[in-house]
Amino acid sequence: MMPIGYYLFLSMALFLIGAIGVITRRNVIVVLMSIELILNAVNINLVAFSRIFGDVAGQVFALFIIADAAAEAVVGLGIIIAFFRNRETVLEDEMDLLKW
Amino acid sequence: MLDKVIFFFFAGVAILSAGLMVTRRNAIHSAVFLITTLLATAGIFLQLRAEFIFIAQIILYVGGIMVLFVFVIMLVRLDVALHQIQFSRQKWVALLVTLALALEVGVMLWSSRKVPGQGFLLPNAVPAGKLPPNTEALAGRLFDAYLLPFEIASVLLLVAMVGAVVMAKKRT
Repeated sequence: MMPIGYYLFLSMALFLIGAIGVITRRNVIVVLMSIELILNAVNINLVAFSRIFGDVAGQVFALFIIADAAAEAVVGLGIIIAFFRNRETVLEDEMDLLKW
Repeated sequence: MLDKVIFFFFAGVAILSAGLMVTRRNAIHSAVFLITTLLATAGIFLQLRAEFIFIAQIILYVGGIMVLFVFVIMLVRLDVALHQIQFSRQKWVALLVTLALALEVGVMLWSSRKVPGQGFLLPNAVPAGKLPPNTEALAGRLFDAYLLPFEIASVLLLVAMVGAVVMAKKRT
């Protein structure tokens, strides 16, 4: 396998691209997709360290993170559908019901 | 050598399509590029000899979560959003914040590279031929030491399922 630094830098790059997506995009669906990208970037770290230590515990954590990502995506998309039914928009700066 | 080629190929594909995912205007295009990123990450997992995570990534992420995303994109009418401004007004703030974060993490990774005794000492990785069968080792660990978190994860999935049904059903 390659030195661990390559995996860490790849993971960092994907994490930062996901962070840019979360902060800048207006479409809530794309924001949720960026969150999936962030969770996925963390999985690379876990599996790389699991490989270098020869211990599968990191891969067990990666599985749990995948299950969490599924739960988060399902609930988030349910909220988006419910919101779209009420307000006819998916843009996050038009979600201002609490503003006066 | 072959390891290196495979790693750089998949890493390049992952980063390129992640960048495209964030910048495309159409949400369907974003979803397709995210699928490409996830498949490339699955390739990285295979290069790390984590075969079970590789399959779980493809089946769960690409086959499950992304199909859900595509369905929601089709349910939600997006052609109005297509002609509006794509990024919010905090673009430059976001760029600044992300650059600061990148600098911080980069400096940390770079400086931890050259303090040999003080950081965490990394062992040399086991050669790939001598690894135990991946799925077997993973199952042994998952159903032995991590049995309680496994059950809690199943409860979490149940809660998420009920929550999604309650959220998405029509109010009468």
